Amino acid sequence: MFRSVEELKETARKIRINIIRSLAVSGSGHTGGSLGLTDVFTALYFGILNHDPKNAKWAERDRLILSIGHVAPVLYATLAQSGYFPVEELLTLRKLGSRLQGHPGREHGLPGLELSAGSLGQGLSVAVGMALAGKMDQKKWHVYSVHGDGELQEGAIWEAAMSAAHHKLDNLTAIVDRNGVQIDGKTSDVMEIEPLTKKWSAFGWEVFECDGHSFKDIVSTFNRAKATIGRPSVVIAHTIMGKGVREIEGDYHWHGKAPSEEQATRFIKEIQDHS
Amino acid sequence: MSYQLQNRGNKPTRFGFGEGVLEAAEMNPKVVGIGADITGSVSMNFFAQQFPERFFSMGIAEQNCMGVAAGLALEGKTPVFSTYGVFAALRTTDQIRISVCYNNLHVIIGGAHAGISVGPDGATHQALEDIAVMRVLPNMTVVSPCDATQTKLAAIKAINELNGPVYLRFGREAVPDFTSEGQNFNFGKGQLMKEGKDISIIATGHMVWEALQAAYQLAKEGIDARVINIHTIKPIDEEIIIWAAKETKAIITAEEHQVMGGFGSAVAEVVVKNFPVPMDFVGLNDSFGESGKPEELMEKYGLTSRNMVNRIKNILSSA
Repeated sequence: MFRSVEELKETARKIRINIIRSLAVSGSGHTGGSLGLTDVFTALYFGILNHDPKNAKWAERDRLILSIGHVAPVLYATLAQSGYFPVEELLTLRKLGSRLQGHPGREHGLPGLELSAGSLGQGLSVAVGMALAGKMDQKKWHVYSVHGDGELQEGAIWEAAMSAAHHKLDNLTAIVDRNGVQIDGKTSDVMEIEPLTKKWSAFGWEVFECDGHSFKDIVSTFNRAKATIGRPSVVIAHTIMGKGVREIEGDYHWHGKAPSEEQATRFIKEIQDHS
Repeated sequence: MSYQLQNRGNKPTRFGFGEGVLEAAEMNPKVVGIGADITGSVSMNFFAQQFPERFFSMGIAEQNCMGVAAGLALEGKTPVFSTYGVFAALRTTDQIRISVCYNNLHVIIGGAHAGISVGPDGATHQALEDIAVMRVLPNMTVVSPCDATQTKLAAIKAINELNGPVYLRFGREAVPDFTSEGQNFNFGKGQLMKEGKDISIIATGHMVWEALQAAYQLAKEGIDARVINIHTIKPIDEEIIIWAAKETKAIITAEEHQVMGGFGSAVAEVVVKNFPVPMDFVGLNDSFGESGKPEELMEKYGLTSRNMVNRIKNILSSA
């Protein structure tokens, strides 16, 4: 399971390239968040999660649900890189009849996809339900749910946060993609969510922070989060939207935009050159 | 058809729901309950007291409850989440649409205190739009039983026989309990409660009893009304509705709900497409309810057998 940092970096590079290829072919989709979360997803699927791409529904697998369905490209590209389905299928993103819906849809049958989601603020509740079921049945598997920082403006997130602590769900780890931007601009301008660590802590969670682009930091932080006993844990991953392509890094205009073919070629070259 | 149509005594349909969930849970260890603070009020206390380790208190946070239900269902549990219909169907509509219906999960949603008969609590707590909203959601089954006995059967069968999401609607007040334990109850199949050839009264929920009273009154005046109970609003029994349209001269629907988009609309969709006949609709007409005793409100808003009788005479005289 454990990969060296160099291996993880190389894997992340392939995933980033595939994200850009799939978005360029689809002509629409969310580039910024997908690239920003690539290192976290790479670390999760190649260093943290207990899973089996050849047996997607393995009962003892760890569960990962993507509450922010709009960054589906990073989930799809990571699943494909892990071996859940052929990498070339990524080029069907958002096309009619594809298993790769714009926002994840289970009914289309993509292996490795746990939840249809995309309406912000719902995923943490679903994760709480899964974790409750795991506790009831004394299962060893762990539930991970991935959230955006802007998504934390949804009130239902905090209903779910309260309930996870009340039910002592230490088999649940939430991940916050703390890139500081959302569609309208900086999160601090649109609706301030700080003090974030104090909020989670006040809601009864064990709070961790990491550099979302340092594999060493990501892996060690998730290992500590998973070891939390008696309460749920949250990892606030500090990331840069659009990470890997300097001309779009941190630019909120790239939240919901796909690259043109010309841009994609340039972006991919940059990612390859910075190996 | 041999339905026992004598009132064995008034009983709230919510008690039937609570009894049904408990009975299903005794046989089926997958059944789990979710509570949003009003556990006793919606009769989930029967289950919660018997199976405390399978009941999760979630506080006054219905949106979270619905998502949690989806998560439990994803892991193979059969969650039952019941709260007042106004919250169950309307506050959590987006969670139902995406987390429950789009994922096509077997979640039993109890829509309690439905209709205007909630009474003195007033408009905020009278669910009169839930049928309309629930029936447009893909994968959703919508069930509205006519009495406590049928509600119990519906709860047991919804838990044990159905696979996807279910919205099960029931009321607060004690109403006549008149269907038999041994009745033939199948989702998607309407029940002929009384034969008749002049007009069909197609009703749902407690209004089925009112429809029967209307039919008995009309019989004294020489009008032979058929009464049909549609307990499954979705998928609706098209066959029994088309048969009624063909054999009787007109159709009137009755529901404790807005006419617009509700049960009457669902019946009309079948009639208009297959065999148009004159129709009328008893229900709320684009208005909120208000405080009052249940029987006063039923009277004021026309949800009575007397109003049905008058409307039926009007249709038949103009037909």
